[in-house]
Amino acid sequence: MTDTPTPAIDLECVNLTKTFGKFCAVDNISFSIPAGSFFSILGPSGCGKTTLLRMLAGFLEPTSGELTIKGRSMLGVPPNKRPVNMVFQHLALFPMMTVAENIAYGLECQGVDKSEIAPKVKAVLERVGLPDSGNKRPDQLSGGQKQRIAIARCLVLEPDVLLLDEPLGALDLKLREHMKVELKHLQNQFNTTFIYITHDQSEALVMSDQVAVMNAGKFEQVGTPQELYYTPQTDFVASFVGENNRWRANVANAHQGRLDLVLDSGISFQGIAANDAQFKTGDGVDVFVRPEAIMLSKTPMQTGEFDNILEGEVDCLLFDGAKSRVLVKDPSSDHELNVTLPQTGEFNDLQEGQPIYLGWKFDQAKCFAARDGQAGA
Amino acid sequence: MFKFKNTFSGALVAGAVLATGVSGASAETLRLLTWGGYAPDDVIELFEKETGIEVEVTVSNNEDMISKLRATGGSGFDLAQPSQDRIAGAQYEYEIYKPLDLSKVDSSQFISSMLEGTKKNTSVDGKVYGLPHIWGSSGLVIDKSKAGDVKDYTDLCNEAVSGKVSYRLKRPTLIGFAFSMGLDPYEAYGDLAAYQKILDAVEEKLISCKSNVKAYWTGSDALINLVRSGEVTAAMAWDKGGWKLNEEMPDVTFVAPTSGALGWIDTFALPRKTKAEDAAYKWINFVMQPKIAAMITASAGNFTASKGADEFAEADLKARFQDSFPPEAIDNIKWYPPVPAGIEDLEGKVLDRVKAASSN
Amino acid sequence: MAPLLIWLLSLIIIPHIDMFILSLQEKVAPRVYETGFSNYAEFFTEPLYWNTFARTALMSILATALTLLIGFPVSYYIAKMVRGRVRMVLFLLCMIPFWVSELVRTFGWMILLRETGVISSFLQYIGLTDGPIEFLYNDVSIMVGLVYTSMLFMVVPLVTTLDSLDNSLVEAGYDLGGSGFRVLRKIVIPHAMPGIVSGCIVVFMLSLGNYLTPVLLGGKDSLWFTEQIYTQFITRFNWEQGSAFGFLLLILSSLIVWAGLKISRQTLSNTMG
Repeated sequence: MTDTPTPAIDLECVNLTKTFGKFCAVDNISFSIPAGSFFSILGPSGCGKTTLLRMLAGFLEPTSGELTIKGRSMLGVPPNKRPVNMVFQHLALFPMMTVAENIAYGLECQGVDKSEIAPKVKAVLERVGLPDSGNKRPDQLSGGQKQRIAIARCLVLEPDVLLLDEPLGALDLKLREHMKVELKHLQNQFNTTFIYITHDQSEALVMSDQVAVMNAGKFEQVGTPQELYYTPQTDFVASFVGENNRWRANVANAHQGRLDLVLDSGISFQGIAANDAQFKTGDGVDVFVRPEAIMLSKTPMQTGEFDNILEGEVDCLLFDGAKSRVLVKDPSSDHELNVTLPQTGEFNDLQEGQPIYLGWKFDQAKCFAARDGQAGA
Repeated sequence: MFKFKNTFSGALVAGAVLATGVSGASAETLRLLTWGGYAPDDVIELFEKETGIEVEVTVSNNEDMISKLRATGGSGFDLAQPSQDRIAGAQYEYEIYKPLDLSKVDSSQFISSMLEGTKKNTSVDGKVYGLPHIWGSSGLVIDKSKAGDVKDYTDLCNEAVSGKVSYRLKRPTLIGFAFSMGLDPYEAYGDLAAYQKILDAVEEKLISCKSNVKAYWTGSDALINLVRSGEVTAAMAWDKGGWKLNEEMPDVTFVAPTSGALGWIDTFALPRKTKAEDAAYKWINFVMQPKIAAMITASAGNFTASKGADEFAEADLKARFQDSFPPEAIDNIKWYPPVPAGIEDLEGKVLDRVKAASSN
Repeated sequence: MAPLLIWLLSLIIIPHIDMFILSLQEKVAPRVYETGFSNYAEFFTEPLYWNTFARTALMSILATALTLLIGFPVSYYIAKMVRGRVRMVLFLLCMIPFWVSELVRTFGWMILLRETGVISSFLQYIGLTDGPIEFLYNDVSIMVGLVYTSMLFMVVPLVTTLDSLDNSLVEAGYDLGGSGFRVLRKIVIPHAMPGIVSGCIVVFMLSLGNYLTPVLLGGKDSLWFTEQIYTQFITRFNWEQGSAFGFLLLILSSLIVWAGLKISRQTLSNTMG
C-alpha cells in the first residue's frame, strides 16, 4: 500500500502445480496478469480453477512452482498477510455484524485508527451506491446489494488483487445480467486487478480483459474474449466458449490449410485448419461451425456465394427470442445442425419437415485434430 | 393437614411407592418394608411353601421407612420393621402405623423382657405399635493392630488415628459422643433446652475433631470397603459390620465402647393402611420360631428376640459376640429410649453444622 | 396442545403448587402448623443454608466455565477439523461414558482417585511418591466429576452450532486480515453463542441439581444444596423446609441463568430456537 508506481505485472505464476495424492488439480500453470486488468478463469466444474484461486488467496500451498504478487513471493505467506482479498461464492458476509461492521472488520485487522475507519466505511459505501445501509444487517439486503457490500468489504482494504469466486452464481438471471455490467464498472472505478473465476462463459466474455480457459488442471488458451471466440486454439475452447456445431470428419484432400472433408455419411464440404495445423489425407478431424455463421435459405442457394451448401429439413424450432435457433436435419444421415435464426421475420413461418438450404464459408468450419487420433466413425 | 400431605406425597415419591402399591394389591402377597438380610430367600421360600403367601421385600432404613410411609399415609406396605425408638414419635406426628392385635401373636416365642420393653416403648395412647424382632448395637469397629488405643467414641479424635476415622453423620453419633463425654442424652430427652446444651457440646467436639475424619459413611458397604482397604482403621458402626470384617481380617472387630454400646431393637409394625394384616401376623409368628430365627440371624448378622434361637445360632457368630461383649459390657448397653417428637429437628441442625464446618 | 397442557398441569404445575403450599407451612410444634414464610426466612437467616447455596452456585459456575473451556476446542475439532468416520468415533468417545449410570461413572472415579486407588498406587509404583496420596474427598475431585459428567451436554450443542458455521466465514475472516484469535472472537464465538449459552445453561443446571457426584466424590466437607434438600425431606422429615429449599433453588437458579443471559446479551428464544 505504498505510493510506488504500479508495476506492469500485478500477479505472476510460474509452473504452479497442486496435487492431492495422485490427483493433479493444477498442472504446471504459468501466467501473469497486468495491473488493473479484469482477468477471468473459465472452466467447467472440476477443472481446478477453485484450487488455483485458493492458492492465490493463500488457503492452499502449491505443491511446486512460484507465485508472486507485485514481485513479492507469496509462498508460505498466510492468507491474512497477503495483499489479496476474496469475494466468496456465497459472499460470506458476517451475519453477526452490521454492514458497516463487516466493512470495518478488515480495517480493524489492519490496525487502522478508529477515527479513520468510519469515514472510510462511509466513503466506500457511497462508491458502491449504498450510502444508507451501514446499520443494516446483511440479511436485510437484496442479493445485488449483498454482492456490492461483499466487494466493498474487500476494496476498502485497497488490495493489489481482488479474487472473485463465482459470486454471481446464486443470483437470478436478470440480476446476474445487471451485476455483470456493474462489476465491470466497479473494476474500472477502483482500478484494481480482478481475478474472476466462473464456469459461465457469458460472464467471462462480457466482463474480462483477458480470459484463461481452463480444463483438467491446465490453461487451454489465454486471450481476449474475441480471440477465444473467433480463433479458438483448441477444440476444447471451441466447444466450451460459445455455441458450436461439431462433427467428426476425415480429411479427403489438404491444400494450404484449406481442407476437403468427408463425413462418414458421405457428405463432403470444405473447412480450414485451425492454428495453421498441418493435416494430410486420411487424418481424423473435429470440425466446429458456429450456428450464427451458417446462412439459411428457403430456396436452393447459388454455388459460389458459399463454399459449402447443404440441403436439409427443419427438425425442430427452438424459439428463444433473439437467440432463437432451428435444428436442421440431413435426412440421409441424421446429422443435425444448430443454426441461428435471423430475426428478419423471413423465417417466422418455418414448419417442421420443411426443406431448407444451408450455406457457409469454408473458413467458418474450423478443424482440429481429433483428440483420440481416430478417423471419423 | 394430613389429607393434604397425602396428595403431595403422590408426586414426591411417585416412582417407588406407587409401583409397589399397585403391584402388591393382591391379598396373597405380603409387602415387607425391612432391612437388608432380615428376610432371606430361604426363609421366604419356606414361608411361601407353608402359607401360600408371596413375600415382596423392600430394603430400607429407619428414615426411609418413615419417609415412605409418611408419603403414602401408611399404605403401600403390609408390614414394616422400624427401630423401636423411632415408632412412637413418628406415630404421634404422622399417624403412619396401626395398633397391633396382640391376641394374634404367639407371645411365648419372644424373649419376654425384650417383648415387654418394646411394647412399653412403642405405646402411644395405650395402644401397642411394635414387637421386637432383631436387636444389636452400635459401637466401634477398629483395627486392633493399628488403632488399639481407641476404646471409646471420643478416642476417635486421637491424633494417632488422624485421617483414618469414619462415622455416620446421623443421630447415633451424637448420642454416642454425648455418652462418651460423660453426658446423658437420654436423661435430657424430656427437656429440649437441656438436650440442646448437650448437643452444643457434642457439636463442638465433632467439629474440633473433623480433621480426623476420612469420610462420613452412608451405607455399611461403603464402610466395609473403607476398612477393608485400610484407609480407615477406626470407625463408629454396627456390630455386625465389625463381625463381618472379622471373618476376613482377624485384626478388625467390633468393640463395645467403655461408655457403653448403643442398643437398638428393630421391630414389627403395621402400616396404617396395611392390606394383608393376617399375612403380616402369620409372618411374625413364622419368623419368630427358633429355627427360622436362627436362619435370619445367620443372614442379618444380628440376634433375634426369639426365645431359644440361640442354640441354633452359628458358633462363630456367638464367639464373636462374646468377644465383643464381656458380661459387663452387655449390662452397659444403652438401649435407645423412644425418641420424643421435636428433638430430631434440633439434632438435624447440629448435623448440618458439623457437615458444613471446615475441617482444617 | 391438549396433551401438552395435561402433561404440564399434572406433572409440573400441580405438584409445584402442592409443594409451594407445603413450603408455607411452619412447624410450630409436633402436629401443630401455621401458615407463613418462616421456612423461607430460615434460608436467609441461617448462614449455613445460605452459604451452602452460594457455594453450590459458585462451584457450578466454575464447573460450567471449565466444561466450556475444555468442550469448546473439542467441539471445534469435531465439527470443523475432522470428517466422516473419525468424527463419528470422536463423538462416540464423548458419548460412551453416558452408556453407564452416573453411579457407576462416579464409582469409577472413586476407584481411580482414592488413597488406595489406581492413580495413587501407580505414583508409588513408579516411585514419584513414597506414601499413598488421597485425591478423593475434596473440591477438586468434585470438579473433576462434574466436568466429566457434563461434558457431553456442552459438546452436543456446540458441535451443532459450530457445524452450521459456514467455513467460508472463517476463511473470509482470515482473508480480510484477521488473526486466529480475532477470527475466533469476532466470528466463531459470536456464531456459536447460542450453542455456548444453551450448553452453559444445561451444564449449570445439571451441576446445580447434581446429588451423587458431590456427595460421593466430595467427602466430609462437601456441601451441596440438593443434598440439603434431600436431607430435609428424607432424614429430617421436614418436608416443609425441604419444599421451601426446593423453591428457593428454582428461583435462585433461574435468576442466575437470567443474569447469565443478560451478560451474554442472548435471549432464551434464540438460544433454544
